[in-house]
Amino acid sequence: MTGLDRFRDAFLKPELIERYLPDILSGIAVTLQIAVAVVVTGLALGLALAVVRSYGYRLVNAPVIVFVDVFRALPPLVVILIVYFGLPNLGVNIPSFAVLWLVLSLVLAAFAEEIFWSGLISVRKGQWDAARSTGLSHWQALISVVLPQAIRICVPPLTNRTIAVTKNTALGTVIGVGEIMNQGTSAMSLSGNATPLMMAAIAYVAIFVPVVALGSWIERRFAWKKA
Amino acid sequence: MSSLLEVRGLRKSFGGTEILRGIDFSVAAQELVFVIGPSGSGKSTMLRCCNRLEEPTAGHVFVDGVDLMAPSTDINAMRRRIGMVFQAFNLYPHMTALGNVTLALRKVLGKPREEAEAIALAALDRVGLKEKAGNYPSELSGGQQQRVAIARALSLEPKIMLFDEPTSALDPELVGAVLGVMRDLKAAGMTMVVVSHEMRFARDAADRIVFMADGQIVEQGTPAEVFGNPQHPRAREFVAELSR
Repeated sequence: MTGLDRFRDAFLKPELIERYLPDILSGIAVTLQIAVAVVVTGLALGLALAVVRSYGYRLVNAPVIVFVDVFRALPPLVVILIVYFGLPNLGVNIPSFAVLWLVLSLVLAAFAEEIFWSGLISVRKGQWDAARSTGLSHWQALISVVLPQAIRICVPPLTNRTIAVTKNTALGTVIGVGEIMNQGTSAMSLSGNATPLMMAAIAYVAIFVPVVALGSWIERRFAWKKA
Repeated sequence: MSSLLEVRGLRKSFGGTEILRGIDFSVAAQELVFVIGPSGSGKSTMLRCCNRLEEPTAGHVFVDGVDLMAPSTDINAMRRRIGMVFQAFNLYPHMTALGNVTLALRKVLGKPREEAEAIALAALDRVGLKEKAGNYPSELSGGQQQRVAIARALSLEPKIMLFDEPTSALDPELVGAVLGVMRDLKAAGMTMVVVSHEMRFARDAADRIVFMADGQIVEQGTPAEVFGNPQHPRAREFVAELSR
């Protein structure tokens, strides 16, 4: 047995690939569904919170800031475990995939709020002045003038953070969500071989490389001729 | 003459510092009033209170008889009657010159696109930039940007226009065209309040000079009076500095 054969049998054993491919594929389907759901709700909630914060009502902003800081500080795994194992004691039973979606959405929302917010405040105050001086409301100035400029600045950090948070769908494995990581680790335990984990790794690359490409496409789309 | 803009007992504090310490003045229809004074005297703050971009701490601002400070006043509806031009132009960088002018026409006045564009092109034509309608601000010189900004304010048919140091950010050779547009506006009967250091323009275009120092109006009169025979020590000092 050559070194190359040993490597192949340890990480990419053909018969194991064949045996566990359906499991990994179903894991991909679950991961994709949760990832898309997390991106949609997380970014939407993050943007909504940043917009609310732009109105500058102190009583509203205080809880927003507390939420953002707490969820940026907590490891997502801790929150997932607390929600999944804690809430049933209060009679609240949330299915594991929903827990994963909910927690990761909140984490992404917290980071996204902060990114959108820093984008909003990086737009020069004169832009607000000009828009408001022509009679535009706060909302109209935000939507037509400030947000288009802010989002353009936000796209790169937002792409990075979105990928970082959605990769955390792998944490679903600890509460039994049948996503890629869960399928990979159970197959690894059954087979005693790292091949299913390699398959999982390849699956993650296949999912997230296009997301990175999408991010840079959006960056180009939002660019305009700079002064 | 009825006054189009009337400011009464205007005060503004930032933190504990009082920037405006009781301002009273009025501007008649078709009048061009120049506000001058040393930096830090509150000129820009006073101007920004005239459309409530800056919230006065006390006092009243009436535009065309409407109290801007009254809770019942729709400030957005009033603001489109009060054109404002800024030192830094503040054009929207993600929109063409045409887009900059049509935005408020469409969003505030609810004009359909075609009508808004026709109005915007006419306004750009007034400032001599009709052919730049499709250009982005970054493709325009400072003077052209400022003229687009004037067209943006003008397109809403304001009753009065406020100019906040409109030429201070411009290279000297670009100032002339902007002042030329302001001269045209004056000739067309626009009521204007101008905070500026363009003393030559003030001398030959202004109807009245208002001199501010330390958050108060300490002297006002015709250009001949204020520049030729200033009464207040601060005004005398300022004019002496100018003619040096």
